Amino acid sequence: MDHKEVFELLPAYLDQELGLSDAIAVERHLGNCSECQHELEIQNVVSAQLKKDTAYFKAPTHLAHRIKTALPRDSSRSTRLSSWNFNWINAGAVMATLLAVVWSGGLYLTLPSAQERLTEELVSSHVRSLQVDHLSDVISSDRHTVKPWFNGKLDFSPQVIDLAAQGFPLVGGRLDYLNGRTVAVLIYRHNQHPINLYIWPSTDTDEAPQAASRQGYHLVRWTAGGMEYWAVSDLATNELESFVGTLRL
Amino acid sequence: MSASTKEQRFQTMMLPHLDSAFNLARWLARSHQDAEDIVQESYLRAFKFFDSFHGEDGRAWLLGIVRNTFYTWYQQNKTQALSTQFEEELHSVQIEDGAATLYANNNPEAMLIKKDSQRQLQQALETLSVEFREVMVMRELEDLSYKQIAGIIGIPIGTVMSRLGRGRKQLAEILASMNRVHDGS
Repeated sequence: MDHKEVFELLPAYLDQELGLSDAIAVERHLGNCSECQHELEIQNVVSAQLKKDTAYFKAPTHLAHRIKTALPRDSSRSTRLSSWNFNWINAGAVMATLLAVVWSGGLYLTLPSAQERLTEELVSSHVRSLQVDHLSDVISSDRHTVKPWFNGKLDFSPQVIDLAAQGFPLVGGRLDYLNGRTVAVLIYRHNQHPINLYIWPSTDTDEAPQAASRQGYHLVRWTAGGMEYWAVSDLATNELESFVGTLRL
Repeated sequence: MSASTKEQRFQTMMLPHLDSAFNLARWLARSHQDAEDIVQESYLRAFKFFDSFHGEDGRAWLLGIVRNTFYTWYQQNKTQALSTQFEEELHSVQIEDGAATLYANNNPEAMLIKKDSQRQLQQALETLSVEFREVMVMRELEDLSYKQIAGIIGIPIGTVMSRLGRGRKQLAEILASMNRVHDGS
């Protein structure tokens, strides 16, 4: 990320509205750019002053009453309707309710399950990591460099294994945000195809690998030793499964 | 759904946001009396369209209506409102070289207001043009997320970010020039 990009992102950085990888990139640049530090300081001072000292105008107490009185009084009129009309309205209401229930039932059935959503989220995350040229935060083929890099950034310690000898060299590591939490990502390569291996703690019991496919990408997920693993890649399913098999040996 | 249930549901869901609605209307209209009228009109509109509200984010939904109601009111009252307000602003602040001062002394703390801070801050914020003022109020006073603000105004999240950034800078310049006027006199 260059100076101009970082400079424009500073308000969002201050407001903690940036994604994890952008925030890390901004922080890295801030460390040695006095112009950005100065700009951030201005943003921060003004924002803090506003939050602290600006008048918050509470609604006057009579306003709620004024609004309640002004709301249309349909309810009082309906009691004066003849009984025939009244029943007819009720029947209509019952019909409307039934329709709403049937319709919302239909909606519910078409809602994706949690697992589906996670799968989609993983594919998007994988695609994003390739698009923005932000595959790795720490680039190293040495697992003794990658593993300590995660220290202090996560509340768990992922196992880092290099599989260069088996044809899947380790390229680096990255933090990502998925499924409502920060996760570790290890990046491997196989014949120029990147493999993102997502890892986070899980309370589920161990589960054997299961494969899935979305938008031309292949995913394999499994649970082992209190961790959930997802491997995502554009590799063919059998190659990705062989990667997972090697990893789990 | 019978009418009285709708009214009850509406009151339970929308009246808790009355302070937020009033605060936004007051900052946009810069007048207590106009804010009351705008908020009442907004609640009547909200009640009319309440069936189309599906319970995601009541406050943001209501604030969107308050904002629209304000802009309708603003269009209608533009000519008279502008002429009086502008005169006041021109007399109280000059903004031209605020940025230069700010960078020259290179000390953001220096622009912090020493005395009378609430009144000066209010005056400064009211001087900002409305498109900056609204994002500032929604972010700094209502603590809404960029996404919520983007939804309320109907602009991309990136625009929310740049307006906030520029709004804060302008405010810093206005405050700096206010202080300079004070110190000079």
